[in-house]
Amino acid sequence: MKSSPVIELNGVGVGFGGKAVHHDLSLRVEEGQIVGLLGGSGSGKTTLLREILGLLQPDAGTVRLFGIDLNEPDVDRQRNLRRRLGMLFQQGALFSALSVFDNIAFPLRELRCLDADWIRRLVHLKLAMVGLEPAHGKLMPAELSGGMVKRVALARALALEPELLLLDEPTAGLDPDRSQNFVELVGSLQRELGLTVVMVTHDLNTLAGLATHVAVLADQRIIAFGPKAEVMTVDHPFVTGFFGADRRKLL
Amino acid sequence: MSTSPRLLVEPGRVVLSGCWTLAEMLPQLPDLEAKLVACAGHNDWDLSAISRLDSAAAVLLWRTWGARWPGGLVAADLHRQVLERVAELPLEIAEQARPRRRFPEMVGALLLKAVGNLRGMIALFGQLLLDVAYLVRHPQDVPWKEFTANVYKAGAQALAVTALVGFLIGVTISYLSALQLKSFGADLFIVNILGISIIRELGPVLVAVLVAGRSGSAMTAQIGVMRVTEEIDVLSTMGISRTIRVVLPKIFGLTVAMPLLVLWTSAVALFGGMLAALLQLDLSFAYFVDNLPRAVPVANLVIGLSKGVVFGFVIAIVACHFGLHVKPNTESLSASTTSAVVTAITTVILFDAIFAVFTRNIGVP
Repeated sequence: MKSSPVIELNGVGVGFGGKAVHHDLSLRVEEGQIVGLLGGSGSGKTTLLREILGLLQPDAGTVRLFGIDLNEPDVDRQRNLRRRLGMLFQQGALFSALSVFDNIAFPLRELRCLDADWIRRLVHLKLAMVGLEPAHGKLMPAELSGGMVKRVALARALALEPELLLLDEPTAGLDPDRSQNFVELVGSLQRELGLTVVMVTHDLNTLAGLATHVAVLADQRIIAFGPKAEVMTVDHPFVTGFFGADRRKLL
Repeated sequence: MSTSPRLLVEPGRVVLSGCWTLAEMLPQLPDLEAKLVACAGHNDWDLSAISRLDSAAAVLLWRTWGARWPGGLVAADLHRQVLERVAELPLEIAEQARPRRRFPEMVGALLLKAVGNLRGMIALFGQLLLDVAYLVRHPQDVPWKEFTANVYKAGAQALAVTALVGFLIGVTISYLSALQLKSFGADLFIVNILGISIIRELGPVLVAVLVAGRSGSAMTAQIGVMRVTEEIDVLSTMGISRTIRVVLPKIFGLTVAMPLLVLWTSAVALFGGMLAALLQLDLSFAYFVDNLPRAVPVANLVIGLSKGVVFGFVIAIVACHFGLHVKPNTESLSASTTSAVVTAITTVILFDAIFAVFTRNIGVP
C-alpha cells in the first residue's frame, strides 16, 4: 500500500484585504523529507505554515495532512490529526504563566492517559534532548534567554512525539554555535523518529546542514520544489539572488 | 502489515512488533500496560520487529523492566539509542517541590506586599512631584496631547454610563425615601435627603467605583502591556521620560475629569430623584429646585467636588503603580489589573471615611 503524502496542498489560494498572498499554490511533501521553505520577506511563508496547521483557512483549494482533509468535520479525527504534528513558533510562544516543566508537560497531561511518573520522565527526557538541565524546569519563560526559549519550545513541540514537525525560523536569533547544535539535534531526531520536517529559514547554514529538499516560495506560489541541488539550478531571480555566490557552499 | 503495537509472549521470550508510538498506543493503553506488567519477569525481549519506537514507549518499556537492561534484549541500533537515552535519565526524578506556605507566612507575605505597594505608590507620588517641578521649568515639555486624550477617554467617553447609573440610583433612593417619608407626613424633606446624600456622598463614590472599573483597569492594562512588549523601555532609550509621557497625563487627566464627572452624575441623579418625587409625592420640579439651595448649603457641593478630585488622583495613581509593576507574563497582567481595581475602590472608600470624619461639622444645616 502506498502511503499518502504527509502534506498535500492543492491549488491553495489566500488573500488579506483583497491582496492575494497565495494563488494556486501546490506542494507535496513525502514522509521523511526535511523541507526548507525559502522565500523573501512577506512572501507568505508563515502564512503557508499557518495554513498547514489549519490556523488559517484558505479561500480556495484543499490542505491534506496524512491524507486527511483539514476541513474534516469529525472532531475526534481532527484532534488526532493535530496530535500528529508539532509546531515551533517563531517567538517560542511558551505559556508565560507556566514553568518550563509545566509547559512541556501540558500537552502530555491533556491526553489524560499518562501517570505523573511517566510524564515526569518524558519531560526530563525532552529537556535532555534539547540540551537543558532538569533544574531549568523550574524556571518561568520570562527568565529564559532567547535561545533557551527556542529549545524549550522545541521540547514542547516534540512532547507528543509528532510525525510532522513544523519549524518557523528555528535558528533565527541563535548564535552560530547554538544554531549548529540545533541543526544537529533536529537532524538526529529526524533520523531516530523518522520525522517529516518543514522549516522556514533564512539561514543558509541551517538549510545546508538539515534540509534534504527545498521549496521556494515566490510570486504567490511554489516556484520550485525538489532536492537541494536541483532547486539551486533553477533560473529565477529570487533563487539566483538568494543563493548567489553561496551556491557551491550549499552543495 | 498492521501498524498498531502488539505484544506476543512466546516460550521463553517476549516479542514486540508494530508501531510503538504514543499516538498508536493511546487507544489501547490500559490493555498494553496490563500485558507489559504481566511480562515484567521475562528476561528475553525481542524488539527487532518494531517499526517505530518513540521515547514515550521507551519510557514505558524501561519502567516495565524495572529500570534495568534485560539480559537478552534484541533490538535495532536505532531503537537501542532511544532506549539508551531513557536509561541515561537519573533513576529517581524528584517531583517538582511546590513550596507550601503556612497561614502566618501567608499573612506576613500579604502584609509585606501591601507595604511594598504603599512604598511604590509613595515613590510614584514623589516622582510625580519631581516631574511637575521639571515641567514648570520646561513648559515646552508638557504633554498636552496625552493629557487631553486622557481627559477625553476617562471623562467624555464615560458620560453615558455614569448618567445611566446615576439616574437609576437617584430614582431608587427617591422612591424608597418617599415611601418612608409619606408614612411620617414629612414629604417635603425628600429635598434634604436627596440633596445631601447625592451631592455630598453618593455622587462622588458612585463615580469613583465606575471610573475605577472603567478607566483604572484600562490604565493598568495599557501600561502593563507596554511593559510586557517592552514599549516602556523603548521610551526610555529614546530619552523620553516614561513618567512624564505615560503616567503623568493619566493621573492629571483623571484628576481633572473626575470632579466634572461627579458634577454631571450628581445632577443626573438629582434629576432622577426629582422625577420619582414628582410621580410618587406630586412634588413639582419648581419646588424642588427652589428648595435645594436652602436645604443643601453650598459647602456640600465643594466637599463633593473635592472628593472627586482626590478620588480621581487616588484611582489613577493606584492604577499606574500596578501597571508599572506588571511582570512579563499573562498571569501577572490579570492579577495586577484585579489588584488595581480592588485597591483603588478600597482606597477610595477609605478616603471617603477620612473625608466624613474631617468634614463632619461643615455643610450640615
